[in-house]
Amino acid sequence: MKMNHRKLLLFCFAGSLLLLLVICLLGLLIPESAVSGSFLEARQAPSWEHPFGTDAMGRDLFLRTLKGLSTSMMVGLAASLISAFIALLVGVATVLPSRLLDSCIRWIIDLFMSIPHTVLIILISFSLGRGLKGLLVGIAATHWCSLARLVRAEVLQLRNQHYVAVSRRLGKSGSWILRHHLLPHLAPHFLVGMVLLFPHAILHEASVSFLGFGMPPEQPAIGMILSESLQYISAGMWWSALFPGLLLVLIVLLFDRLGENLRKQLDPYSAQE
Amino acid sequence: MVLEARNIFFRYGRQQPWLLKDFSLRLDRGERLSLLGPSGCGKSTLAMLLAGYLQPERGEILLDGQLLPQKRCCPVQLISQHPEQAINPRWRLRQVLEECPLQQEDLLPRLGIEVAWLDRFPRELSGGELQRFCVVRALLSGAPYLICDEISTMLDAISQAQIWQLLLREAEERKLGLIAISHNPQLAARISERVLDLSCLQQEG
Repeated sequence: MKMNHRKLLLFCFAGSLLLLLVICLLGLLIPESAVSGSFLEARQAPSWEHPFGTDAMGRDLFLRTLKGLSTSMMVGLAASLISAFIALLVGVATVLPSRLLDSCIRWIIDLFMSIPHTVLIILISFSLGRGLKGLLVGIAATHWCSLARLVRAEVLQLRNQHYVAVSRRLGKSGSWILRHHLLPHLAPHFLVGMVLLFPHAILHEASVSFLGFGMPPEQPAIGMILSESLQYISAGMWWSALFPGLLLVLIVLLFDRLGENLRKQLDPYSAQE
Repeated sequence: MVLEARNIFFRYGRQQPWLLKDFSLRLDRGERLSLLGPSGCGKSTLAMLLAGYLQPERGEILLDGQLLPQKRCCPVQLISQHPEQAINPRWRLRQVLEECPLQQEDLLPRLGIEVAWLDRFPRELSGGELQRFCVVRALLSGAPYLICDEISTMLDAISQAQIWQLLLREAEERKLGLIAISHNPQLAARISERVLDLSCLQQEG
């Protein structure tokens, strides 16, 4: 069978989605007991028994990294879903005729975008008492801006299309036009934007946890693992930072790829490639 | 039934000069009128005003003494110069026809539309084929008045003749009031009973 460009893309898409799902599920299925190690096995270099080595407390780093990644992905998923939802609401509010509301939305987006994400997440997370809740709210509250801006621009452009005006002259109501003309146009942009929010959210989660403002130390988050390993890296435990870090990069790249593939799949103009 | 523009004034923005100044027009149902004039003299603007796409700054557009409805299906429908902009590019053409308040299957073959086209996307049809769909859509709105804003300008001579023949036949049958906007004096004289030259407006304003 001859593979065309589009089929190949679909294949890549399915592959990366499967891999991400497997990692996520594995992390959930690994029991808490498997990650609690013994001091007899502390600071071991990578071997067949412990592919990523063990940390200073004798915990298996491979299992711990998987568990941490799945926690990070859960946080990323929740945060990007909430962010995307806010973005959609804000974007679609552009259809409302109120000038004041529109100016307010623009002002808030500009305000949020003018503050560096990490700083804002730390502030929000800190004021909500750190932990999972603070982190989640922090990431969700900072990541909607760029997607909202995209949706807003798209809505503004669509609203002035001639076929929307024709629809109105044919007696269609505003909500009918929103459902039949605007949303089908927005859905692909929105979906891709949401998937591309993922790597951002995961990286921010990891970096904020690394700085000590996110997850509590007992939680095996990827940022915590990296932050702990930093204390021992000068003692020659290179594996404790290298493998979890590499896996994090891999996951982020996979998500990025996923979003790009999705964009190409949904774009009607690449249909004949 | 009579469509009237009563002393309308229109300009794009407060700083701009008047494009239409104290303009009046009257068209009975079943009457066919052509508007001629050079580019930029306000022909298309007048079409948009009459079909309710724009609102005049002063004066009013009346149908039987009533303002055009804003919520319901407008009894004056506009067919524009660019069919590809008037049809949602993500819709199959079947959906485009389903948007109309009326449904009438036998209209399609009469306008030379093949059933196979209904399952295609607008990108997969030519301009002339799309324009036929716009004509059908305007007819299926059940509106007693149609405004054709240079609907055949970008078509070849044969499609142009076809579309106008079909449209005129339908207009005759349904006793439609028709306003045709054109650059071409021969076409205008051929399709309408009355020709109005808008070039004189320009000099006044």
